[in-house]
Amino acid sequence: MSRVLTLPDAEVQQQSSPRGRRAPVVSLAIISVFVLVGIFAPLLSPADPYEQTLRLRFRPPVWEERGSWAHPLGTDRLGRDVLTRIMWGSRISLAAGVLTVLLASAVGAAIGLVAGYYGGRIDAGLMRVTDATLSFPVILLALILAVTVGPSFTNVVIAIAVILWARYARVIRSQVLTLMELDFIAQARLAGAGGWRIITRHLLPNTLNTLVVLVTLQVGYVIIVEASLSFLGAGIPPPTPAWGSMIAEGRDVVTSAWWVSMFPGLAILLVVLAFNLLGDWLRDTLDPKLRQL
Amino acid sequence: MSRPDSVPGNGRPLLEVTDLTKHFNVRRGMLGRSTGLVRAVDSISFGLEAGTTLGLVGESGCGKTTTSKLILGLERPTAGAIHFGGRDVLAHDREARRDYRRSVQAVFQDPFASLDPRMRVATIVAEPLVINAEMDVSTRHRRVAELLDLVGLPERAATLYPHEFSGGQRQRIAIARALALSPRLVVLDEPVSALDVSIRAQILNLLTDLQTRLGVSYLFIAHDLAAVAHMSHTIAVMYLGKIVEYGDAETVALAPKHPYTRALFAAALPIDLDAPRDDVTVTGEVPSPLNPPSGCRFHTRCPFVMPHCVTEEPALRIEAGRQVACHLYGSTP
Amino acid sequence: MSAAVIDVRNLQTHIVTRWGTIKAVDGVSFALREAETLGLVGESGSGKSMTCLSIVRLVPRPAARIVGGQVRLDGDDLLAKTDTEMQQIRGRRVAMILQDPMSSLNPVFSIGMQMREPLAMYHGLRGGAVRARAAELLASVRIPSPEARLRAFPHQLSGGMRQRVVGAMAIAGPPRLLIADEPTTSLDLTIQAQYLGLLKELQARHRFAMVFVTHNLGIVARTCDRVAVMYAGRVVEIGPVRRLFTTPSHPYTQALLASIPRFGVRQARLTAIAGQPPDLATLPAGCAFAPRCPHALDRCVTEAPPETAVGPAHTTRCWLNVPA
Repeated sequence: MSRVLTLPDAEVQQQSSPRGRRAPVVSLAIISVFVLVGIFAPLLSPADPYEQTLRLRFRPPVWEERGSWAHPLGTDRLGRDVLTRIMWGSRISLAAGVLTVLLASAVGAAIGLVAGYYGGRIDAGLMRVTDATLSFPVILLALILAVTVGPSFTNVVIAIAVILWARYARVIRSQVLTLMELDFIAQARLAGAGGWRIITRHLLPNTLNTLVVLVTLQVGYVIIVEASLSFLGAGIPPPTPAWGSMIAEGRDVVTSAWWVSMFPGLAILLVVLAFNLLGDWLRDTLDPKLRQL
Repeated sequence: MSRPDSVPGNGRPLLEVTDLTKHFNVRRGMLGRSTGLVRAVDSISFGLEAGTTLGLVGESGCGKTTTSKLILGLERPTAGAIHFGGRDVLAHDREARRDYRRSVQAVFQDPFASLDPRMRVATIVAEPLVINAEMDVSTRHRRVAELLDLVGLPERAATLYPHEFSGGQRQRIAIARALALSPRLVVLDEPVSALDVSIRAQILNLLTDLQTRLGVSYLFIAHDLAAVAHMSHTIAVMYLGKIVEYGDAETVALAPKHPYTRALFAAALPIDLDAPRDDVTVTGEVPSPLNPPSGCRFHTRCPFVMPHCVTEEPALRIEAGRQVACHLYGSTP
Repeated sequence: MSAAVIDVRNLQTHIVTRWGTIKAVDGVSFALREAETLGLVGESGSGKSMTCLSIVRLVPRPAARIVGGQVRLDGDDLLAKTDTEMQQIRGRRVAMILQDPMSSLNPVFSIGMQMREPLAMYHGLRGGAVRARAAELLASVRIPSPEARLRAFPHQLSGGMRQRVVGAMAIAGPPRLLIADEPTTSLDLTIQAQYLGLLKELQARHRFAMVFVTHNLGIVARTCDRVAVMYAGRVVEIGPVRRLFTTPSHPYTQALLASIPRFGVRQARLTAIAGQPPDLATLPAGCAFAPRCPHALDRCVTEAPPETAVGPAHTTRCWLNVPA
């Protein structure tokens, strides 16, 4: 059974340099490092993230005068080691990112699949709810939750997920609408398949590519939102090390003790960039049609 | 292949369609008010004998796709009756409907859209069996191998994915799946139009062979009139939801009577350079099915239009061995 | 013998893919006089569309490149032109009609606005003159109420109408060569018949040469003067329509003609061609059709056959036709 090669259409623009084909090694490396560091933080970190040593407050990073290898990236206003807190903060950020996105995507995809498959009033109703949700600001909801129920990790995840699912619902639904036009769905019906079977065995597997891309691209977004919430004091409460609150704590001394805000900020930058690049590569590899995402 | 002169059975056609009608509401506005009616299929009747092929031809908007969906049960008719093997398919008998579902399958035009790209061939072909038949896994495997063999594919095709096959091979897979439940009728909706010319003959031959071997009937829809004439025993020509000519395939193809059929076959451009050309052409575009012309729907484009045609819709009448709906012919039977 | 309007000699276009370099167009040659129509027949992968794109130098870069040959339009080699010069030639001296009228027309502009561009660019018309000329062109392709149609948008027209609009834009030049790539494939049969009639009428009036790409041999039989059959990038047979259809020399042509169902000839089975269309990345050394040819010789597998004459203006590439 030979592989049949047909000529590309005149409209298809072939890129001669396989831009999307080289695996994003750097991004994967960065993500792996942060994941491993997060998992093994208790073993790897040079100090205790909560230990306050007030006489060591605002020590600069090792390459400056007064810096030492005991605190390579310096200390904060309570004498806590910045590097340790960044490593521990990795757990928070990544966990928040991944959990939120998984929760939102599961709910959103389910709603998108159902809306797209059944159409009619079910679709109309679900989409009205989706649209309303899409227009609700995440930060505001999280702040409300923080004020009413109190800030916590769980609240952050819920606050973000409760808004984020709508994005998935929209995207998955439009994919489903396209898939429904294809004959193999009609064929499944002719074979006697009911809604459940068509949704789970035919529609869902064909939307996985899109889901994977969207999930990857959104992790970065969620990490930034979580950091923003923590920065505002509505996210992970102190003294738990979270990159956002670390930045907040260094706000007043940003000109003098710049390392307190800078390094957590850098960590956020690297992780989000890595996830975005990974997501781009996945999108180019798996489904170039998603280029507008 | 000789046409079956006498068809075994109880004398009734396998599929009998009577006054089948399907109207669609056109909805506009946010509240979805109905602003018009598309008479996609308007009171058509035909029969299909077991083991034979009925060819359905017509251009866009004629209703042949809707007809096939009605036959397949993918749409419910607005009016009319469908009898299959003597039983009323539209009755509320769940078992009759389920039996009908198993007995009627389809092969569609696009070989790239009719197979789930994420499933292996074995899963695709076995799906109807998994849903409908109480078969254990090993029996199913055997049946899948049998079906692949029937359509001329090697056994190892079962483990591969659709994208590893060419268009013609994918249509074979689609045919194998359609035959899984041993249906008595297969609706072929443009089965070879998307295939290369050199592959079409292979697939058409396969379909012919399967009909001879399995006695399966076909509803063959295509715009390639020569292919339809070749494959069919009977031909029905549709225009704007109505059947305008209906009869034995050879009769209709070689000596069409209805002006539309004549124009259609004249436009078909046979490759025989010296074939006599019927010089009937039609002008203008197909009218919108939202607003079909009064009287005979074809009168706006007919080169032989008479005053009578504008006011009165012609019924199907017998003329020279087939039925024609045209005021030029026949006396009311 | 009058001069050729279009003279393609040994045109070669290669495409670089991840499976290797494909010779999409491998030494294609043909010539056409005024008001002469060539049917370019072939299946997917035959190179017929790429040949057309090569003539107007619109091959998808950077993967595809024209690597050799000449394309002489009234003696002028198009392959030697600069991009700027080609821009002046396309649409004016050479026009193209593609299969899908919906993608040939910009959906967000009215017909009039779309026609304005080439008329202003190539003929320097302005204002009212543009509108008048556009209406005139629409009338020449038999579009009713042309003035009103100028304000219409593509989606408001039927497929047949859109193809006529595309046709109107194509003859604005008027062109010396019109390339029609499957222009009627997406149209209904009766509309197709009207459109083919229209093309012939326009050709008689403007005397342009026409290359008509199709896989439908019936259309070729009725509308073309000459026909070139392509397989795997090469022209395997080319000649006058009547000769080719009645006495085809190449086994592929013979097999194609035999595999098509015919009216009035009762056949139990069609004569099918065995095998699959070729994989262009792994073509055999000799004749590309050899794997499927019922008459293949040993020589066919290793050596590519040369072009041999089998009649007046009728040549083929087949060892069976080469005198021993």
